[in-house]
Amino acid sequence: MATLELSVDEAAAVSPVRRTRRLGLLFWIAIGWMTFVFALAAFADLLPLPSPFHMDMLERRAPMSAEHWLGTDGLGRDVLSRLIYGARISLIVGLCAPVIGLTIGGALGILAGYFRGRFETLVVGSMDTLLAFPPLILALAVTAYLGQSLVNLTAILGVLGIPAFMRVARATTLTLARREFVIAAQALGASHARILLRELLPNVFLPLFAFFLLGVAITIVVEGALSFLGLGVPPPISSWGIMIGEGRESLEIAPRLAFIPAVTMFLTVLSFNLVGDTLRALTDPRQGAL
Amino acid sequence: MTGPALLSVEDVSVNLPTPRGNLRAVDRVDLSVGAGRTLGIVGESGCGKTMLSRAILQLLPKKAMLSGRVMFDGEDLVRLDRERLRKLRGRSLAVVFQDPMTSLNPVLTIGTQLIETLQEHLELDGVAAKMRSIELLAAVGIPAPEQRLAQYPHQLSGGMRQRVAIAIALSCEPKLLIADEPTTALDVTIQAQILDLLAREQRRRHMAMIIITHDLGVVAGRTDEVAVMYAGRVVERAPTPDLFKKMRMPYTEALLAAIPKIDAKPHTPLPAISGRPPDPTRPLKGCSFSPRCKYAWAQCQIEKPRLEDADSPGHQYACFRPLNTTAGALT
Amino acid sequence: MLGFVAQRLLYLVPVLLAVSLLTFLIASLLPGDLAYTILGDQATPEKVAALRHDMGLDQPIWWRYLSWLGNVLQGDFGRSFRTGQTVLQAVAERLPVSLELMLLAQIGALTIGIPLAIACAVRSGSPFDRFMTGTAFSMLSVPAFLSAILLIYLFAVELRWLPATGYIPFHEDPVGNLRCFLLPALTLALGEWPVLMRVLRSDMIATLQEDYIAMARAKGLKPSRILLVHALKPSSLTLVTVTGINIGRLIGGTVIVESIFALPGIGRLLLNAIFTRDLIILQGVVLIVALGYVMINFIVDLLYAALDPRIRHGHA
Repeated sequence: MATLELSVDEAAAVSPVRRTRRLGLLFWIAIGWMTFVFALAAFADLLPLPSPFHMDMLERRAPMSAEHWLGTDGLGRDVLSRLIYGARISLIVGLCAPVIGLTIGGALGILAGYFRGRFETLVVGSMDTLLAFPPLILALAVTAYLGQSLVNLTAILGVLGIPAFMRVARATTLTLARREFVIAAQALGASHARILLRELLPNVFLPLFAFFLLGVAITIVVEGALSFLGLGVPPPISSWGIMIGEGRESLEIAPRLAFIPAVTMFLTVLSFNLVGDTLRALTDPRQGAL
Repeated sequence: MTGPALLSVEDVSVNLPTPRGNLRAVDRVDLSVGAGRTLGIVGESGCGKTMLSRAILQLLPKKAMLSGRVMFDGEDLVRLDRERLRKLRGRSLAVVFQDPMTSLNPVLTIGTQLIETLQEHLELDGVAAKMRSIELLAAVGIPAPEQRLAQYPHQLSGGMRQRVAIAIALSCEPKLLIADEPTTALDVTIQAQILDLLAREQRRRHMAMIIITHDLGVVAGRTDEVAVMYAGRVVERAPTPDLFKKMRMPYTEALLAAIPKIDAKPHTPLPAISGRPPDPTRPLKGCSFSPRCKYAWAQCQIEKPRLEDADSPGHQYACFRPLNTTAGALT
Repeated sequence: MLGFVAQRLLYLVPVLLAVSLLTFLIASLLPGDLAYTILGDQATPEKVAALRHDMGLDQPIWWRYLSWLGNVLQGDFGRSFRTGQTVLQAVAERLPVSLELMLLAQIGALTIGIPLAIACAVRSGSPFDRFMTGTAFSMLSVPAFLSAILLIYLFAVELRWLPATGYIPFHEDPVGNLRCFLLPALTLALGEWPVLMRVLRSDMIATLQEDYIAMARAKGLKPSRILLVHALKPSSLTLVTVTGINIGRLIGGTVIVESIFALPGIGRLLLNAIFTRDLIILQGVVLIVALGYVMINFIVDLLYAALDPRIRHGHA
């Protein structure tokens, strides 16, 4: 049969729909907010702010004014200044604790997913035991024993995050280890270390990073809750959680004292959740075709 | 055709918007079935036969656009309100889907799925519905029907499941049964049993039936009339004996030739139809079958042939080079 | 079914042992001398040594673990040196309050989440669906203590409809009791419903595409029956699992909520134990809570099998 010239019926118009997902406007707003808060917290010392510790007993619960942009709290301390320095604390804990989970949990997960066997059973089993505890209870209990300090808090929240990161890393590794590029590397005689570092790690890292951002959101919340109860960061350091806890006393008279840090925390947590969720949807290896 | 048509599909088209463009799944199809008669719709996968069955039942996906009329028992189903349509479905109009593993709900018992239809349409109470369900299961040839009521679909074999699906379809004495590839998902050994069961029940209940299949062998001897579909259109329609003896459409000839014959010599190559069905999002200007047709010539690529009557009554075909006529090529 | 249950029970034993071991280790390996803390300012080296010997604190750790475990298995979780109550007594007093809170919270979350999930799944892609999904996502960023503050401000301070704190036992005044629980339960429910709703919605959207739903429609069944019987049941699996997992988060949430709303439950017991350094209560309560958590996950597993008969027969 000779090749025929086919003429397409023009009546059926073809309009392909865009399939690629664009990073939406909300995504960039979230990134913007995160950067803004981070910058303020990092460069707090350079800003013309009154000291967050300075108490002005004559100006307690003062409304917003030129001198105190967001007013003062129950002890006369400048709210904006406390907010920004509080951001610093919340972000330090919020970023450092998941890093612990990411490195230790991620490493355990990749190794467990790659080597399988008894090592994997051991790792998964011990993580399951850790997960058998309601996390907040465990955090409270350990803080009670270890005492309150910034380092202790960061450490315990970091450790609590290890099982979750392990699971994500392991699941991703299990999916990837069967892909052709790993088998090809093995066939070429690459050592385990090489495969782990050069083939698996770069591909596992992105989903892990997306999960890391979600972990930051959760950690900020947990630190906030603990500090709210008075069991988080010790005084006189302040974080958003402590501000909200103190603001609760003044709900009748000056609700903004609780709501300003609450809204700030909400926006920050929401931003991390949004960015993390979007990245996770984009980097999920199950959806990609390799 | 004896009596007026029970079901009359008139100028029905189905358009589906897809990311790759508009998909014309069904292109101006006319069909009819009379009470107590069987119509076979035959075509390759993707020719639009399943979409057509969904169009008749008004079960198209939300994005699909339907035009034309579907007259059932004097009412236009396309324009019927939802409640009236719901009452018709399952009662006067029943369907058996292709894969009974997916068409039966896996987490509900066989009994539940049978009884609910009876209770909905015939308003039977629990006990009566249960008795009737057992009768139905026995009628379709399922052994130990009382025990089956409490079982789940995954506990039955493929053939049994399809019998259950048939029992459900027959439960309210429908006037029309649409069987969409009823045996495709089953073992070859079971296929004949299921088809015989359908034919038997159809005769017994004087039911109209539409059998949709890709296998011409299925419709031979079991249908009164056959319509052959290709790329969303009906390309040939005839009473069954006429179709097999005096087929006109080269596509029909190719379909028939593709059926393995039991008395052929061993290792006889199966004459498959070369090429692939056309991309429904990019319809051709000429005859859709022309790229694969042995007899195609220039006219076939420029113009779309229309359905025209052949010499015998009730026989129509759409081809510029039909077989066995002076206008066509000599076979 | 029985075989399945027995199999799962067997798996439970090593997990329970591991949990008890971990709880004990946390208590024992950390700095701080229990005997010293108990004696307080009455501590002298001789008294400390004597008390340590009395309490068996000078024995090797494995001996202490086994004797503690032995006590626990006989029902002796220890006695608070502050209040004199045994751990079990304290827990028994507080448990009903926490359970009532968790139950009401879960009911609230399901009441909000399930209808929304069904409504969104049916209208998938519509503006309503997108709005609700966005709201659910945002709610995930609002922790319990923030919701609590907001609710207290709205209902207790501004509108003055409900009390901000306080507890009335059920048998004294059922209506008053429920009024006291309304805000706390709602606080927790607001945090839980998004997770439930998202999970059920996505499962239902997938289920609604299945052939058996088309079949149910072809049978002419009522839309409500199709949704609630044919579609909901196969979609509920993940919901049940998530509900079970959520109970763990709820347990943590009750600590915060009980503290804010002054409800005398297990959470507050735990917090008080922390504030007063009552380490025996702390250890006992943590163990009991962890055990409860494990048992709940176990029950979730069983429910899972009950919902999907394919799992029971080993097919899925």
